[in-house]
Amino acid sequence: MTPSWIALIVLAIAAAGFVLARARAQAAARREARRLHSLPNYYGWTAAIYAAGPALLLLAIWLVAQPIATRSLTWPVLAAEAGENAVPSLMMADVQRLASGLDAAVATGRLTAEEARALPPEELRAAMAAQGVALGSEVTPATRDAALRWRRLSGTGDLLRGIVVIGLALAGAAWGVSRAKPDFRARNAVEQAMRGVLVSAALLAILTTVGIVLALIFNTIEFFRLYPAAEFFFGTTWSPSFGGGSELGILPLLWGTLYISIIALLVAVPIGLFAAIYLAEYAHRNVRSWAKPMLEMLAGIPTIVYGLFALLTVGPLLVEAFGRGGYLGLGWMQGGTAVMTAGLVMGIMLIPFVSSLSDDIINAVPQSLRDGSLGLGATRSETIRQVVLPAALPGIVGAVLLAASRAIGETMIVVLGAGAAARLSMNPFDAMTTVTAKIVSQLTGDADFSSPEALVAFALGMTLFVITLALNVVALWIVRRYREQYE
Amino acid sequence: MNDMRTMDNTVLNETKITARDVNVHYGTTHAIKGVDVDIADRTVTAFIGPSGCGKSTFLRCLNRMNDTIPGAVVTGEIKIDEADIYDSRVDPVQLRAKVGMVFQKPNPFPKSIYDNVAYGPKIHGLAKNKTELDEIVEKALRRGAIWDEVKDRLHAPGTGLSGGQQQRLCIARAVATEPEILLMDEPCSALDPIATAQVEELIDELRQNFSVVIVTHSMQQAARVSQRTAFFHLGNLVEYGETGKIFTNPEDSRTESYISGRIG
Repeated sequence: MTPSWIALIVLAIAAAGFVLARARAQAAARREARRLHSLPNYYGWTAAIYAAGPALLLLAIWLVAQPIATRSLTWPVLAAEAGENAVPSLMMADVQRLASGLDAAVATGRLTAEEARALPPEELRAAMAAQGVALGSEVTPATRDAALRWRRLSGTGDLLRGIVVIGLALAGAAWGVSRAKPDFRARNAVEQAMRGVLVSAALLAILTTVGIVLALIFNTIEFFRLYPAAEFFFGTTWSPSFGGGSELGILPLLWGTLYISIIALLVAVPIGLFAAIYLAEYAHRNVRSWAKPMLEMLAGIPTIVYGLFALLTVGPLLVEAFGRGGYLGLGWMQGGTAVMTAGLVMGIMLIPFVSSLSDDIINAVPQSLRDGSLGLGATRSETIRQVVLPAALPGIVGAVLLAASRAIGETMIVVLGAGAAARLSMNPFDAMTTVTAKIVSQLTGDADFSSPEALVAFALGMTLFVITLALNVVALWIVRRYREQYE
Repeated sequence: MNDMRTMDNTVLNETKITARDVNVHYGTTHAIKGVDVDIADRTVTAFIGPSGCGKSTFLRCLNRMNDTIPGAVVTGEIKIDEADIYDSRVDPVQLRAKVGMVFQKPNPFPKSIYDNVAYGPKIHGLAKNKTELDEIVEKALRRGAIWDEVKDRLHAPGTGLSGGQQQRLCIARAVATEPEILLMDEPCSALDPIATAQVEELIDELRQNFSVVIVTHSMQQAARVSQRTAFFHLGNLVEYGETGKIFTNPEDSRTESYISGRIG
C-alpha cells in the first residue's frame, strides 16, 4: 500500500469518525434533557482529529525513519566488500536503484517475484537495462544480496506501516466516538488541537532555518578540513582552479560585496527616504493612491530583469561617460560591467524597500507631534527634519538595514552588472564580484562535490549568513533601544 | 479659585481678535456657520458646547491650523490687532509664532525637556547665544509652572514626564516663543483632577500676559477659569458674553438647556 493510499484511508476513517461522533452526540442530547456541552460538530471534529492527527503524524515519521533503518540494516551485507576508499552513500545508492528496479520489474510483470529473487548477479544489469534502470557497473553478488535484503526489509516495513497507521487511525476514531457524551468538553478539545496546529506551523518554519544552517555547517566544516581557515578568511587572492593549487581568499569577494552594497545604499537610502517623505507628508491623497503602488511595483520586478537593465543600458551609458574616449575624457572604466553599474541598478531595486517601509513608519508618527510643531510656527520641512524624522528614526534605520541585507544577498544583478573578476580595488569603475555571485559559479558546472573548490561555496554561504544575521541583530537592537526612549 | 466670576475684573480690556461672518467647510460639511465674535486682550475666553459643535474648528481658525487639513475651506474675516490673518500677505507660519497653541493630548516631542522648550525660540531665532536661550527656556518653564519639577533634569526626555507635567511642558513650549495669544484645545481632557487644577491655576496666571482662548468640555472648568464664555451649538455661536452671566442668566434657551445638562 502506498503512503498516499494510507493517508486517504486515514482521512476516510476520520470522516467516518466525524459523522459517528456527531450523530452520537446528537442522539445523547435528544435522549437526555441536559444540553450538550458543545455544538454537535465539535464532537465530530474531536473524533476526526483523534483519528487523523496521530495517524498522519506517525505516517510522516515512518516515511522518514524507514529508509534510515533499512539502510543501516542493509549495510552489513555490503560492509565486507567495501574497501578503504569506498563511499558508503554511493554504494547504497546502487543498492537502492537495483532494489527499486526489481520492484518495478515485478510490478510490470517483466519478472516474476520468484525470478527477481533468484536471478544471478551477472544477468541483473541486462535485466535492469531492459526495465529502463541504468546501473553504473556490473552487479556484484554482495550488491545483489544487499538489494534483495533491502527489498525484503522494505516490503515488511511497508506492510507494517499500513497496518500500524490504519490501526492507530481506527483506535483514535473509536476513542473519539466513545467520548462523544454530553459532558465531554469537545469545544475545548478542538481549541487545543487548533493551538497544536498553529504551534507546529511556527515550529516548522524555525526548524527549516535550523536545517539550512546545519546543512551549511557540515559542509563548511568539511571545507575547513581541506583548506586552512586562516587563508580563507585573510587571503587576498581568489583564484580557484579545479586542477588543484587554488587560492580561495574571501577578502576580495567581501570587498566587492561591501563596495557594491554601499553604492546601492547611497543610491537607495536618500531617494527612497525622500520619496517616502514626499508621499507621507506632502502628496495629495490622490497622488499617493497611485504613486505608492507604482513605486512598490519596482519591488515586483525580478532581479534578473534588473540585471539585464544593468548589462544593456546602465553599463554602456556609464562607459560612454567614464570610459576611455568617453565624453568626460577620464578613461576610468574598462568595460560596461563594474561595481558602479551593479551598485546603481541595485540601488534602484532597493528604493521601494526603503520608501515603502519608511512611508509606513512616517505615517505612524502621531499627528499630534506634527500639530505641536506646526502650532509653534515651524514650517513643514522644519517639522519633518526636527520632529517627524527623529521620532521615526528607529524604524527608518530598521528599513535601511533590511535593504542592506537585501543588497548583500543580491546575486543576479551582480552576475550581469559587476563582472566576474575577484579583485581588491578602490576604483568603483572596475569590474568586481561578490560572495553570492561566486557561490553560484563554484556550484554550477561539473565540479567534483568533495573538492575544496566546490565546498568553498558553503563556507561563503555560511559567512554571508553570519553577516546578515549580525546585521539583523544590530537592526533589532537599534529599533528596540530607541523605541524605549521615545514611546 | 472662585467658581463664578463677575463682571468687575474683566471687560475693561480692549479687543484682540475680531471675527466676522466666519464659515468653515470640510468638504461637504458646513462646520462653522457665520460666527461673529470679539475676543478681548489679557482675558480668558472659554468656548463651550457639545461634541462636534465646531468650537475646536473655530479655535483652529485663529492660528490657521485648518490650513494643514486637506479639504478645509475658511471664509469670512478674522483680524488680530486690526490685521486680517487670512490676507494673502500673511505667512501662516509667522502667524502661528504669534498665536501659540496647546493641544488636547500632551504632545511633547521625542526630545529632551530643554530641547522641547527651546524648539520654538531656535526656529524663530529668538536667542543670539546659548546663554540667552538658557534664559528663555528657564523663563518659559517658570511661566509654565514646571521649572521646580524639572530644573534638575532638563536633559531627560520630555516624554518621561507625567501627563500633567507633559501638558505644562507643552504650555511652556508654547509660551517660549512669546506669543500674544494662547489657544488651548481641551488642555485638561487627558489629565487627572490634580493635574487639571494645576493647569487651571496656570491658565489664570497666563492671563497677565496673554489673551487665552480655551476650548473645554467641562462647564465647571469654563466657569472657573474664564471671564468670557462663548456657547457653540451645531456650528453656530449661540451666545457670547460674561462668564458669570452665561452661567447664571443665559439669554438663549439652548444655552440654558446645555448648562443645565439637558442637551450635550
